[in-house]
Amino acid sequence: MTILETRPIIQRPENGSLIEQFEHGLDAPICLTWELTYACNLACAHCLSSSGRRDPNELTTEQAEAVIDELQRMQVFYVNIGGGEPTIRPDFWHLLQYAVDHNVGVKFSTNGVRINPEKAALLASTDYVDVQISLDGATAEVNDYVRGPGSYDTAITALKNLQDAGFKDAKISVVVTRQNVLQLDEFKALADQYGATLRLTRMRPSGRGADVWDELHPLPEQQRVLFDWLVANGENVLTGDSFFHLAAFGESLPGLNLCGAGRVVCLIDPVGDVYACPFAIHDNFLAGNILADGGFQRVWQNSELFNELRSPQTGGACSKCEFFDSCRGGCMAAKFFTGLPLDGPDPECVQGYGETALAGERTIPGQSQDHSRKTPGRNQPVMLTLTRRGELDLSGISAPPVSACAVDPLAGFTAN
Amino acid sequence: MSGMLDQAWRLSPSVELRPEPFGALAYHFGNRKLTFLKRPELVRLVRCLGEHPDVRSALMAADIPEGSWDAFATALQGLAETDMIRPRENNQGAAA
Repeated sequence: MTILETRPIIQRPENGSLIEQFEHGLDAPICLTWELTYACNLACAHCLSSSGRRDPNELTTEQAEAVIDELQRMQVFYVNIGGGEPTIRPDFWHLLQYAVDHNVGVKFSTNGVRINPEKAALLASTDYVDVQISLDGATAEVNDYVRGPGSYDTAITALKNLQDAGFKDAKISVVVTRQNVLQLDEFKALADQYGATLRLTRMRPSGRGADVWDELHPLPEQQRVLFDWLVANGENVLTGDSFFHLAAFGESLPGLNLCGAGRVVCLIDPVGDVYACPFAIHDNFLAGNILADGGFQRVWQNSELFNELRSPQTGGACSKCEFFDSCRGGCMAAKFFTGLPLDGPDPECVQGYGETALAGERTIPGQSQDHSRKTPGRNQPVMLTLTRRGELDLSGISAPPVSACAVDPLAGFTAN
Repeated sequence: MSGMLDQAWRLSPSVELRPEPFGALAYHFGNRKLTFLKRPELVRLVRCLGEHPDVRSALMAADIPEGSWDAFATALQGLAETDMIRPRENNQGAAA
């Protein structure tokens, strides 16, 4: 983690394509993810940020306002707020209003716990806020398996409160898993029922997700089901550009089909640490700290790590693959947290190279931070105590988990 | 397309342009659309649209060679579709 004294000059192609320009980085992120707190009322099995307990060094209200001021100066027009569960921060509603008042639009991810009729009415009266409710099963059985008992009802109540208040176009955010991948039509029906838009994202082996990835990530044949469903329904469904590894099936899905880490997106965590992407909370992807390193802009522009990510990358073994131009080797975080080399195939490579790589020798990196609660609470998903698959027969269903932090910064973005 | 050259346009009041090394990012605070202007010339053109009586004179002011006007008019058409730029009443003064 080094911040360079001066911003390196990056040689970029004249009149290159937009993708080429993005690969060389932008002056400011298109949109970033900002996790406001590690505290969470839930304990989702697959939480990307291993959230649970508040960190004592989380940004104060004043520090958070200063971040918003800086984002406004940098013309970052949009921020995805997550956590943890951001709405349980006492100043959450204040910061939301502060951001909107400073031309920084907000989409926040929540498990719905604080979206009561009163807050739903408040949200409905604000023009510049998007709400994303996390739901990882179209039924309580599938959802609560990973997100914990009662979490399905909490999410559905929040959706109903939003609808009753006249809030338009909430998002239902789903992490696609082995257990819910056959529920995609049911998710869509739920979204239609609540006047919401469905958003699907990829299960990453990040945070606590590393512990359950083997059991939750879609099977190879399910990747094809997912791809076909997205091709058929993709126009009305958001993906946050999450599934670009599927492009190697031969047809690109809408979106950038590019890893934006440190180039067009990044993550600010609750203590002000800046990581390359929301799925890469690990020291290896830590660019700097906004408090210790002179502000977010300086970290974004002068971080040695980010400048490396903006230089030409080698495709390693993948560059020989005929589909390399489609998937570009897949997701950096998925590789890292499954112990695969960053210049090799994605663990879920649809051409099958990932399985070969996973079968080889690898060491799964430990977590750099863990804010999980030390003693199980009543919201703990049951699956954590049922570790042997033989004992757990859910007839092929299991549940998905997405924590409130599973936000993708490129959602809603269109490249012209 | 050529009809546009004689019309008066302007940057939409809800749009902000953020400079980028290759051009600019345009964000519409109303419909929340994000668009990239991939050429510095296009950024110059869009910025000065509102100061000129028609697109043709804006193109000249932005130093864009006549041979490229159709291509730039096409780009403007694309921006108009998402309300990044909008037509201006002829009697309306230079805005934006």
